[in-house]
Amino acid sequence: MESSIEPGVEARIGEWRSYLLRRQALAGADIDELEDHLRSEMSELGAAGLNGEESFLVAIRRMGGVHELSREFARERSSRLWKQLMLGGEGAGEREGTNYRGIAITVGIAAAAALAFKAPAVFGVNPFVDSGSEWDASFYARNAALLALPFLVGFFAWRRALPARTVAALLAPFAIAAVLVNAYPFDQGGDTEILAMIHLPILLWLVAGVGYLAGDWRRSGPRMDFVRFTGEWFIYYALIAFGGGVLCAVTIGIFQAIDLDAEPVVAQWVLPCGAVGAVIVVAWLVEAKQSVIENMAPVLTAVFTPLFALMLVAAIVGMVASGNLIDADRDVLILLDVLLVVVLGLVLYAISARDPDTRPGLMDGAQLVLVVSALVIDVLALAAIVWRISEFGWTPNRTAGLGLNVLLLANLAWTAWLLTGFWRGRRTFAELERWQTGYIPLYGAWAAAVVAVFPLAFTFE
Amino acid sequence: MQAETDSRIGKDLVAASAMPLVLAILNEGETYGYAILKRIQELSGGAMEWTDGMLYPLLHRLDRLGFVEARWDSPENGRKRRYYRITPAGSDALQEQRRQWDVVAGTLRNAWRSFEAAMAPMTPVVVG
Repeated sequence: MESSIEPGVEARIGEWRSYLLRRQALAGADIDELEDHLRSEMSELGAAGLNGEESFLVAIRRMGGVHELSREFARERSSRLWKQLMLGGEGAGEREGTNYRGIAITVGIAAAAALAFKAPAVFGVNPFVDSGSEWDASFYARNAALLALPFLVGFFAWRRALPARTVAALLAPFAIAAVLVNAYPFDQGGDTEILAMIHLPILLWLVAGVGYLAGDWRRSGPRMDFVRFTGEWFIYYALIAFGGGVLCAVTIGIFQAIDLDAEPVVAQWVLPCGAVGAVIVVAWLVEAKQSVIENMAPVLTAVFTPLFALMLVAAIVGMVASGNLIDADRDVLILLDVLLVVVLGLVLYAISARDPDTRPGLMDGAQLVLVVSALVIDVLALAAIVWRISEFGWTPNRTAGLGLNVLLLANLAWTAWLLTGFWRGRRTFAELERWQTGYIPLYGAWAAAVVAVFPLAFTFE
Repeated sequence: MQAETDSRIGKDLVAASAMPLVLAILNEGETYGYAILKRIQELSGGAMEWTDGMLYPLLHRLDRLGFVEARWDSPENGRKRRYYRITPAGSDALQEQRRQWDVVAGTLRNAWRSFEAAMAPMTPVVVG
């Protein structure tokens, strides 16, 4: 049965094998089995008169697409996915051994980020101790993202082998932001400072996203990849933060039992260093499982889209029934904005997870309800803000709320329109995807405006 | 077995019948992947076309469900090969599948009869 195969073809079989090996869904044994199949087919084709090269090509073609094959295997083996998670970067699988170099570099970058985050302590800026002043806390509030996220850019620069020019272009916004937030004479604890503190990480995260996409951020598809990455990153980070919290609490408890006070060490070192180091480690974890199909974000959006839709509808019914439209109270408005941002996040992840070629289903209906009810609430909130501004004048918070609500309103309105069109079969899902990805830079622009322009416009109050 | 663009039997139909077909072939005796595909070709007269690779995820599923047992063996030529054998649970599943397919086939036969009566001159070719 073993036909003599010429060395050139033998080499191509070897290439095919190593290509399959890189697919993490396939184990070495699976590939042995597929190779046995390939060789059986080839020897039969050879017996029928084809030469080695021809029979290899035909047999490969009959085997079917590697992509579909690994998807089928992955579906069969979903229990393996967590295991793969722990096994290094793109090429490394279990049969090649763990990718120690990749792990070492990742841990190195994470440690550097943690140290950089603690570096201000050398200059006496340390809000993590009881003696830390308010100015220390304010310094960290403004600079936390600036201390941590450059290392994420560095991580992507290593992973994507970015050219120095791209890295420099990515770090420029960090430098500008660092100058602005530290040179501006903010009123301590003032609104413009708090707004800058909230918006700066969003802006810098999007800048890091350009690094994630290796500079290819202009097209819709890659942008959606970054949305997906953000969703996964967020979920993993939450899980790790939860685990870390439990670990810290247990540590403090155990040391208390032996009459040692571990709290200062935990509060000063373990918590801040862990929180910053996790930014890098989580990015690496999400990267490591990139080639596997299972995502958690879609599952969570599938669970929460109907629930949020239900909640919003109930809220609207409640408002109408009780006659209490939105109270223009500041806390209520902030809560509503948070809610609307969460809704938009849900919509974005649901879109990123959806197969654009399938026909409208129940989930799209739930999404439409969610978007339309969010739109109604947004209009009510907007009316309340406008009323407050006309009554009491412009403040940083009201202006930020107004801008955010207008931004969300435009997005939600057109999303609702596109979803309705899709539901009726007049529009494709891809249009909705393009709309959402096209909108992302606007969030960045708005965040940049809040960080850079607001303090000037409102005299740092 | 020319893969994806299957002009003879629809993809969905091939997928639905894959499990009972593979179980029935294994019921004839222990065998391996390539031979299973050859046997399907033979049994269907070439009308059932598979993308070869897709057999293996299916075999893994049958293995996970406990319908087949797999073992590695090295025949005389030295190349490792994975052999599959049906288990008692697999035989039961095959029985059940057989019953269901009989119902489906019977229903279709009855339906064809009225169809044939309506379109008397055109006699559709029914395989099997």
